[in-house]
Amino acid sequence: MFYEFLSNADTALTVQFERKISDEVNGFVTALAAVIEDKKISGVIELIPTFTSLTVLYDCAVIRAGRLKEEISSLIDSMSVGGAKNAKIYNIPVCYDEQFSPDMGNVTEHTGLSRDEVIALHTSKPYLIYMLGFLPGFAYLGGMDERLATPRLKSPRLEIFEGAVGIGGSQTGIYPIASPGGWQLLGKTPVKVFDPSKENPILYKAGDYIKFYPVTLEEYEKIEAKVRAGEYTPEITEAE
Amino acid sequence: MLEIITGGALSTVQDAGRFGVMKNGFTQSGAMDSHSMKLANALLKNDLNAPVIEMTMKGLTAWFDDETYFCLSGGNFSAKLNENKIERNTVYKAKKNDIISVGAATEGFRCCLAVGGGFRVPLFMGSASTNLKISLGGYEGRKLRTYDKIETGTPSPGIKEGDCVPAADYPAVIEVGAVPGPQDDMFTGEDIETFFCAEYTVTSELDRMGIRLEGPELQSKSGKDIISDGIVFGSVQIPNSGKPIILMADHQTTGGYAKIATVAGAELSKLAQARPGNTIRFVKMSVEEAEELAVKEKQYFEELLKR
Repeated sequence: MFYEFLSNADTALTVQFERKISDEVNGFVTALAAVIEDKKISGVIELIPTFTSLTVLYDCAVIRAGRLKEEISSLIDSMSVGGAKNAKIYNIPVCYDEQFSPDMGNVTEHTGLSRDEVIALHTSKPYLIYMLGFLPGFAYLGGMDERLATPRLKSPRLEIFEGAVGIGGSQTGIYPIASPGGWQLLGKTPVKVFDPSKENPILYKAGDYIKFYPVTLEEYEKIEAKVRAGEYTPEITEAE
Repeated sequence: MLEIITGGALSTVQDAGRFGVMKNGFTQSGAMDSHSMKLANALLKNDLNAPVIEMTMKGLTAWFDDETYFCLSGGNFSAKLNENKIERNTVYKAKKNDIISVGAATEGFRCCLAVGGGFRVPLFMGSASTNLKISLGGYEGRKLRTYDKIETGTPSPGIKEGDCVPAADYPAVIEVGAVPGPQDDMFTGEDIETFFCAEYTVTSELDRMGIRLEGPELQSKSGKDIISDGIVFGSVQIPNSGKPIILMADHQTTGGYAKIATVAGAELSKLAQARPGNTIRFVKMSVEEAEELAVKEKQYFEELLKR
């Protein structure tokens, strides 16, 4: 597999794999992040996994770039790839009721699909979490059906509500907190994907999957009440 | 305890920042001028990264409810304890009911107030730093304001009143060491040369997230967008305008603009003191040279703690 090292001064090394957004390349990133975490290389501070690269922040008073490159290269050489290890699928309820889907009309118009077809396609399969970024817990998801692709809003909204589920171009995702944004909003999840009161405040990690399933407004409200009471955990299944 | 009378322009509780969280999309936060934070903490015999209050442009006024050792470091903000001038990088002992008033910046842009034992706020994900974007961490996730009361820790026994080191100068022309990369190969040789020769001007678009510069436009070989990748404190992005943005402590964790260079870690504190209108020159250095600077900085503080 192709990779190269890019430098970020004395702060970090970036391991750059092939510059192509695909499950395969992203799988290398996830696999390397996992082995580096396992190895606990002294001096490694933290990792930022992205679509095609892994940025490794290090303390150069403990380990220099030269030595770190050697350590990482030997880990890559011995890394077994192919097939996600212990990846989880988070089954996330989404209510597509019209009060949460201000842009459903834009999507049906652009795609030529009916509302029911949009919902069926959007909930048809698990999406791989390529990376988290932009906002705490904002997951860049891969694998949405191309028929759903819809350009972003011409003029972004100043505030998108927490839990909003939308489409931006050929990507789909959840807004973990209220934020400005330009995505076409289709629904809302009652699940808190970012919960600062938890020790691990983000529900999932890069390399896991998210699968949406539709719920009625009534079901939405039931789940929301459970979430508020701290009694809700989304169903988690193992990815094959 | 310190009670805030006026909060100033932007005064926040900060430490070294939040680590291990960027993979989840959280910015690191932390002191912009970590050199000044460590210096004040070292003089007070605190942990180098003990929580401090970092002030921006215009400082705070506050009341000490008890005898408290403190030290101000960073930019010159014409600070006073009651009616007496406070020297920077010097340990003082405030008495009960003393009032510290930190004015407006006359040199530099940020200053740091540390107290013996450090400020005490609840930790969020292992850090006392304020993350303004998501309103978490630090003091209630926000900048300090009137009536806020911040607890202070227990001072170390070895604190010496009057202990000091000379205050730094903050020249209007700031030279910072930077290493080409991670995406320097997306730019022509001419662009790289321009970047390391040019005089850039700090614009008023400057905050804890980044500093936008005015200067020569760079043309990359084929567009300046990349597949979003990781960003660090000190990354220098070239957006479509062709003019650099230096990412600072509250930077986004990932981004899609090519990064021509990265400022050396030990040089970032100079940038934290940049004011609108200042000139910035990037001085090319190697990774090894940047690492040497960082190691020297670390040794300097180790020595300071020992004395």
